[in-house]
Amino acid sequence: MFRPSHFLAVLLFALFASTVFGITQRETPRRMFRYGSYCFALFVGSAIVLSWVMYFIAP
Amino acid sequence: MQAGSMRYSQEGMATVPNKATAGKASDQGFVYLPLIVGWLVPGAGHFLIGKWVRGLLIAASIVCMFALGLAMHGKLYTSAQDILDLLGLVGDLGNGLMYFVGRALGLGAAPVQVTTADYGTKFIVVAGLLNVIAAVDAHNLRTGRKES
Repeated sequence: MFRPSHFLAVLLFALFASTVFGITQRETPRRMFRYGSYCFALFVGSAIVLSWVMYFIAP
Repeated sequence: MQAGSMRYSQEGMATVPNKATAGKASDQGFVYLPLIVGWLVPGAGHFLIGKWVRGLLIAASIVCMFALGLAMHGKLYTSAQDILDLLGLVGDLGNGLMYFVGRALGLGAAPVQVTTADYGTKFIVVAGLLNVIAAVDAHNLRTGRKES
């Protein structure tokens, strides 16, 4: 059984989703790579920010 | 408002239709084939229209996501008891043949016992949704709605 840490799960999810988003939402390879990287950064960045928010509001 | 003063442009976005190419492509046989094949086998829709690298990347992403979901003991939805189950089932069906093969092999049927199994269930559902997006993209390439 594969038991990744929460952060590794976020990284894997972001990598695969960003790859498909980049390929399907842009037309040229350069734009695909840039958009995929942008989506990856947003996925991971938002997960980190929301994690810290939950850490500070936890009782 | 003059076109020159617009700050927003759709240039480079995938949703700009190309009517000339669309009309040309519609005369070239069954345009829904990449959509159907792409749904059944991840990336195959792009292979059909000669986009080998894109098809390979899409196939690798979706198959890996589905396989990792199963490896995390994620659940394959088999019936819809409520609306959330129904949405999960629809997402799972997006995986095409992988879903039916998984069901036939009895994968994803074990009860959820660990936290990562819940992640696995989501991985499988999202893999299906991504596969639908990729199949529609192959269809758009086939019809000329997306230029390249």
